[in-house]
Amino acid sequence: MMDINLILILMIFGSIIAIETKDILSCVVVVGVVGLFQSLAFLVLKAPDLAIVQLVVEILSLVILLRVILRKEAPEPQHHPDYFPMVVGISLAALVLLFVYPIIHELPEFGYPIMRVAKEYIETGMKATGATNLVSAVILDFRAYDTLGEAVVLFTAVCGALIVLRKTGRKKSGESETEA
Amino acid sequence: MNKEPGMTLIVKTVTRLTVGIILMYGIYIVLHGHLSPGGGFAGGVIIALSFVHLMLAYGKEAALKKISLPVASVLESIGAIMFISIAFLGLLGGYFFFHTLGTGEPFSLFSAYTVLFSNISISLKVGCGLFLVLVSIALAGKEKKK
Repeated sequence: MMDINLILILMIFGSIIAIETKDILSCVVVVGVVGLFQSLAFLVLKAPDLAIVQLVVEILSLVILLRVILRKEAPEPQHHPDYFPMVVGISLAALVLLFVYPIIHELPEFGYPIMRVAKEYIETGMKATGATNLVSAVILDFRAYDTLGEAVVLFTAVCGALIVLRKTGRKKSGESETEA
Repeated sequence: MNKEPGMTLIVKTVTRLTVGIILMYGIYIVLHGHLSPGGGFAGGVIIALSFVHLMLAYGKEAALKKISLPVASVLESIGAIMFISIAFLGLLGGYFFFHTLGTGEPFSLFSAYTVLFSNISISLKVGCGLFLVLVSIALAGKEKKK
């Protein structure tokens, strides 16, 4: 479990750099680095499906962010040194850590007690569905309702984006622009 | 500066070499989603990224020549309808989303037919949807700049 701690520490450092840096381009690059470390963390935690999705979506969002950043001159962020929120945040985190610390050692080992539902899936999954990738078997067969909801969410998001960003049908009745 | 849209010659040459490989890798991820890590969502995003790659290197028109906006929107709707019809095929076996299509032999490419066809439909939906969003963002930005 040493690797995951190292990755998490690097992610926290990257997040702090992304917040504190002045240049917005390097901020976006550091956000991408944090996402790639997130993908590595998923890989270490033995979730390769999620690691692939995280890596690919991170690249896609990085492309969108870079396009937006490079096209538009962003205004220089005004930096007001205000220490009160930082002090409140750090003290709250320290307080929570103080109360949580005795419980951390009582937690069960990672992935050790197999829950009832998961046990059912693991035992009968391959025989019932024929898929050797159990994650696919769960999300597309046992819990396909959730995938249907996810697909509806994506469909709605694409419809919303296309409606907001559409090119035709936005003109007023008096205008006579021929550019479609 | 050169008049033609897109990036420099180096980027264009590298894109010409890699875009097919990226597209084939996305299709591989989709088709092997029930055997190895991956699946419809990841493969669909990789397929969308290959077209985005083309769009960034060669300009919007080159990507829109490969797959135009109405075709992409029809393909996305076909993906959604396919997924719903797979769900309703399950009613033959008794439940919504029941795997009535058979399981096949494990560890072979044509097995777990429900999962395989769901992966294909979701990849169509995700790939075409994200491509549409990116193209519409690019077109909207272009109009505003005029």
